[in-house]
Amino acid sequence: MTSAATARTAGGLAPRRAPGPVHRLKRHFRRYWQLWVMVAPAVAFVAVFAYVPMYGLQLAFREFDFAAGITGGDWVGLKYFQQFFDSPQFWTLLRNTVVISVSTLAAGFIAPIALALMVNQVLGRRRKKFLQTATYLPHFISIVVIVGMLQVFLSPTSGLITRVAGLFGVDDANFLGSASAFVPVYVLSEVWQHAGWNSIIYLAALSSVDPQLYEAAKIDGAGRFSIIRHVDVPALVPTMIVLLILNMGNVLNTGFEKIFLMQNPLNLGVSEVIATYVYKIGILSNQFSYATAIGLFNTLINFAFLVVANQIAKRVSNTSLW
Amino acid sequence: MQRLPDKQSPFASLRRDTPGDLVFKALLALCCVLVLLLTLYPIYFVVIASVSSPDLVSTGQVWLFPRDLSWFGYEQILADDRIWNGYRNTLLYAVAGTALNLLVTMPAAFTLSRREFRPRRVLMFFFAFTMFFSGGLIPMYLLLRDLNLLDNWLVFILPSAVNVFNLIIARSFFEHSLPEELHEAASIDGANYFQFFLKIALPLSMPILSVIGLYYLVQHWNDFFTGLVFVRDYSLQPLQIVLRDILISNQAFSGGAGGAGGAGAGSYAQQYADQIKYGVIVVSTLPVIVLYPFLQRYFEKGVMIGAVKG
Repeated sequence: MTSAATARTAGGLAPRRAPGPVHRLKRHFRRYWQLWVMVAPAVAFVAVFAYVPMYGLQLAFREFDFAAGITGGDWVGLKYFQQFFDSPQFWTLLRNTVVISVSTLAAGFIAPIALALMVNQVLGRRRKKFLQTATYLPHFISIVVIVGMLQVFLSPTSGLITRVAGLFGVDDANFLGSASAFVPVYVLSEVWQHAGWNSIIYLAALSSVDPQLYEAAKIDGAGRFSIIRHVDVPALVPTMIVLLILNMGNVLNTGFEKIFLMQNPLNLGVSEVIATYVYKIGILSNQFSYATAIGLFNTLINFAFLVVANQIAKRVSNTSLW
Repeated sequence: MQRLPDKQSPFASLRRDTPGDLVFKALLALCCVLVLLLTLYPIYFVVIASVSSPDLVSTGQVWLFPRDLSWFGYEQILADDRIWNGYRNTLLYAVAGTALNLLVTMPAAFTLSRREFRPRRVLMFFFAFTMFFSGGLIPMYLLLRDLNLLDNWLVFILPSAVNVFNLIIARSFFEHSLPEELHEAASIDGANYFQFFLKIALPLSMPILSVIGLYYLVQHWNDFFTGLVFVRDYSLQPLQIVLRDILISNQAFSGGAGGAGGAGAGSYAQQYADQIKYGVIVVSTLPVIVLYPFLQRYFEKGVMIGAVKG
């Protein structure tokens, strides 16, 4: 793909004397071979570990054959997609995936904005800096440790959060063992961990607002809240749109690791999502073709959402990824 | 107008606080304190709980300071081979992995930043496309199986050699902070691309090298997925897998304590299991937390550079 593409772009040069394409290619490599050498390892790694698996997606349309390898099995068309759509788990998996990802996206989108607007109001550079630094500390804690902390904090009777809830009259809450608590616990812990980190980019946008705008608003008699609404929030809109589009590409992407670690028999009804199901079907029970088909379905939906969101953003606001 | 370090200060100096301002400030202070407490207290609690008497912790008598110091948890952890084996593996994977990451990412980012290099647009697409579309779990698993990378320590460093997001950050840095005149001057002096990269571009890009180096390091340190899916051999497992077994699967410790998975809540064993868990959280997260105050400005810088749309 790369060499064909190179030829095409080199052709776009339209030189004065129009030497043959081979000649131009030679000249290109004579001039730029060192740049090619520098980019080659990265291209090779991505080709092998990202594009070869994409090529392997054809397994979703084939019968997996241990002897013939990924691409050697018999062609079965959409059989495995049909099997997934007809399976009793289909709607449950889809619902769980959408519920978890959409609520995470919504909370995870709003919280950093609110946090940034708040931190931005704090007077004094050092206090501001401290607040910001403290709030993004949890971003670097590993998922395993986060889930481990949830387990000790939420453990019935002795957990820290369980006891705090007890002070507010919620007695003997079992947050880990109840299906209805799963999504809130998941979403809130995501917000706890990532809101600070994700607010950095918004704070940067706020720090580049022209101070004269604030003064003008003040002279026009705007109160503090209306300054936030009419000066600060508009300054964040371009960043919001870019992040929103990027998030759209993750509508069906849920954090596999965290959900997998939080799963237990009591919450499986709401916590089994497409990603964890693919792992169980594919890796644990070796139904390679079926699991590939489910994974491909997931990827395609995400990709479609991303493209659509990008198109809408382009029309509406002239902000887009490409 | 001269730019003031804090944008709010102009009005603060213009006039006195009205009652409305006071209410606003009080609410703001309250919110900030609340956010700080919510963020930092859980982490602080883990630390004090790890050294307090398990009985007092489980009955809710430890809130602000450690009480009845008990090192039981740490003694158990020190005596446990799994944790240290995991620690050693993770250190190896993180150091070797990050070295490979930087070795591959930095030169590639340099190439992609050269404006005169026409194919860079196509190459950029080649890389960026993988951020939005992937082959998924099973084709990856089968590929690694065919390459004999399952149950092989290289699986922790080879597939993650290039992180496209970091590649783009480094490319933006080169684009925005290497003046074109520098390259012109160097080529007049007869420097080729290799020399320009090694002698001029790289020494000037230490900030970005530290930023993405840190990103990669944290990524390796926290990697749980690779060990879970691609590795069966326990002696190869990184720290995160060991942590999972102790923190979440409640596997027993060598001393017999800790295996309280099915035991009734509030039982004797449960308390000691919890103390071990607090200790394990501290021990495993300590490197990141200790380095954090020194490194945080680099982390932040990465976000800023990454945010520059290129």
